Amino acid sequence: MTTQVSQPSTGKTQAHIADLTMMTVKPRSLWMDAWSRLIKNKASVVGMIIIVIFTFLALFASVIAPHNPLQINDGKGFLPPTWIEVGPNGKASDPAYFFGTDTLGRDVLSRTLYGARVSMTVGFLPTFIIIVIGTIVGLFSGYRGGRMDNILMRLTDVFYAFPDLLFFIIVMVTLRQTYIGQLLNGLFLLFSALALVGWVGFARIVRGQTLSLKEKEFIEAARCMGATDSRIMFRHILPNSLGPVIILTAMTIPGMIITEAILGYLGLGLIPSTNPKDFFITSWGASMLEGQTAINAQPWLLLAPAIAVSLVVLAFTFLGDGLRDALDPRLQGTQ
Amino acid sequence: MGKFLLRRMLWLIPVILVVSTITFVLMHAAPGGPWDRDLSARQVDPATQKMLNTYYGLDKPLWRQFTAYLIGDIDSEGKFDCGLICGDLGPSYRQRGLTIQQILFMPPEEKSIIYSRFGYSMRLGVYALLFAIIIGIPAGVISALKQNTMVDYLSLFIVTIGISVPNFVMAIFLIIIFASTLHMVSIVPRSWDEVSVWILPAVILGFNTMARTARLTRGSMLETMRQDYIRTARSKGLSERVVIVRHMIKNSLIPVVTILGPALAALVTGSFIIETMFGFPGMGRAYVTAIGQRDYSMIMGTTLIYAVLVALANVSVDVVYVFLDPRIRLD
Repeated sequence: MTTQVSQPSTGKTQAHIADLTMMTVKPRSLWMDAWSRLIKNKASVVGMIIIVIFTFLALFASVIAPHNPLQINDGKGFLPPTWIEVGPNGKASDPAYFFGTDTLGRDVLSRTLYGARVSMTVGFLPTFIIIVIGTIVGLFSGYRGGRMDNILMRLTDVFYAFPDLLFFIIVMVTLRQTYIGQLLNGLFLLFSALALVGWVGFARIVRGQTLSLKEKEFIEAARCMGATDSRIMFRHILPNSLGPVIILTAMTIPGMIITEAILGYLGLGLIPSTNPKDFFITSWGASMLEGQTAINAQPWLLLAPAIAVSLVVLAFTFLGDGLRDALDPRLQGTQ
Repeated sequence: MGKFLLRRMLWLIPVILVVSTITFVLMHAAPGGPWDRDLSARQVDPATQKMLNTYYGLDKPLWRQFTAYLIGDIDSEGKFDCGLICGDLGPSYRQRGLTIQQILFMPPEEKSIIYSRFGYSMRLGVYALLFAIIIGIPAGVISALKQNTMVDYLSLFIVTIGISVPNFVMAIFLIIIFASTLHMVSIVPRSWDEVSVWILPAVILGFNTMARTARLTRGSMLETMRQDYIRTARSKGLSERVVIVRHMIKNSLIPVVTILGPALAALVTGSFIIETMFGFPGMGRAYVTAIGQRDYSMIMGTTLIYAVLVALANVSVDVVYVFLDPRIRLD
């Protein structure tokens, strides 16, 4: 029966199969799948847009800022923002200064724009360093096991016990007057301290992934084909454990930005610069510290950087939540 | 159970050791001594500096200073001076004649310990935690019961803001709204004996914990609602109220209860910026002042107390969990 039917219609079937191949959608990788889930999430898209805008503002602050952030205007101190005609101190606003001016008559909007440089850099640069370090350490210790793994685990236990912020405060207080503390207006020391503590979380998560992945069949298959250890680690295990790393990255960045703002507010972050050639002039934390005394006279000194910090941090949180739902749909809605 | 507790408590020793070593090394790597003044101010003359160094034992070798701080040392008269293991945190370099533990734990005049700096911070932490629980748990329960409605979305929105916006930024917004614009409270009150002045700092401090509690309660409720025993409870004809209160809420609060210890520790140790903003007479403001004055022994002592509090709180999670959830084995 079957032979009778199939035999004469071979040509037809082949044409049909060819049709089917034409009809099927282009194959999509898992990453494309995750991406399409991510851009369906409205909050994440808004978050991404805000992040792109602030990155752009940070890079081109020198072009966008209406005034020189360091220019002191005598007699124009504490001007209110433009939409308020007369401020609480009786001074009339000037349309040239959108958010008003600070004690010395410096433009608040320009200073806030320059502050984005510090926050965006603190968000991205140390995070990038700790991803690299943490991933490599986690891969090796999970794959090789043994003594290195033991040491790593004890180390992470201790790191977890030390409250991060206290460590940063102590480092910044004690080493601020040294040569290292003055490099890059104090940012070098800050980045180092953040990186020193931050890699532990990544190492732990990559180690956990590696431990479970290295028992999988495809790793065994790769080994049978004669793949070297480093090839297995970096070509097979690493790409498969990237999901949790990406999620943790999006959650780490706002933590970094907040830490910098807190330290800046305590007067321990960026050392505000007076040299117009410097890339980093002021930070949002430092601006809030300066504005604190003028809370009644010119609240926008405080509000402008506070709103900026909140926006950026919220944007990263939205993106992080979206990434978690997109990359690991099982976790959707939890936490 | 006793053995388990003991093992967890022993874990505190390496933690304290590591924290104090790191702090000690960093303090001594810092340029300048504790007697340095700002360049503009009058300097302490070398002879006095030498006397002070001898008095505080700063002329001894480093390892001996470290052991003296941790365990104790024999002074010039042959008397043993006990260190950290007896709870002695050493003298403050800036507030002459006072030890760290006196500054932090001694109440003014003859009042009880709750009027000491530590007591003030503890009270603020407890009030903030109360606020977090009283608002956070009902918010989480309601938003789980009304999942995917406007109420749920509104509460999720507030929770997201509460979790991501740091508390000192939140403080800036709330102070500007309630103190400088509406004039409902004064920013730096003259006395902390009235109840009303505690509200704003406690709410700000507890906001993040409130948001976390609400999110955790919601997640845990959603998980419990789908359990088989809830279906059983409904099918045997229990009223909806009994199902919700006795079965859902009771079971979904287990993870919430376990975070209370760490939450309190985080509130007490994380309050230093809020305390500084409100001029609060607590441990946190003393810590920030010490940072400004480079009072190294004070910074070291406070850091150690903070670290111990956090470590103790982490131990409390394991212990409370074992009590509440019989499914968890001790090791």
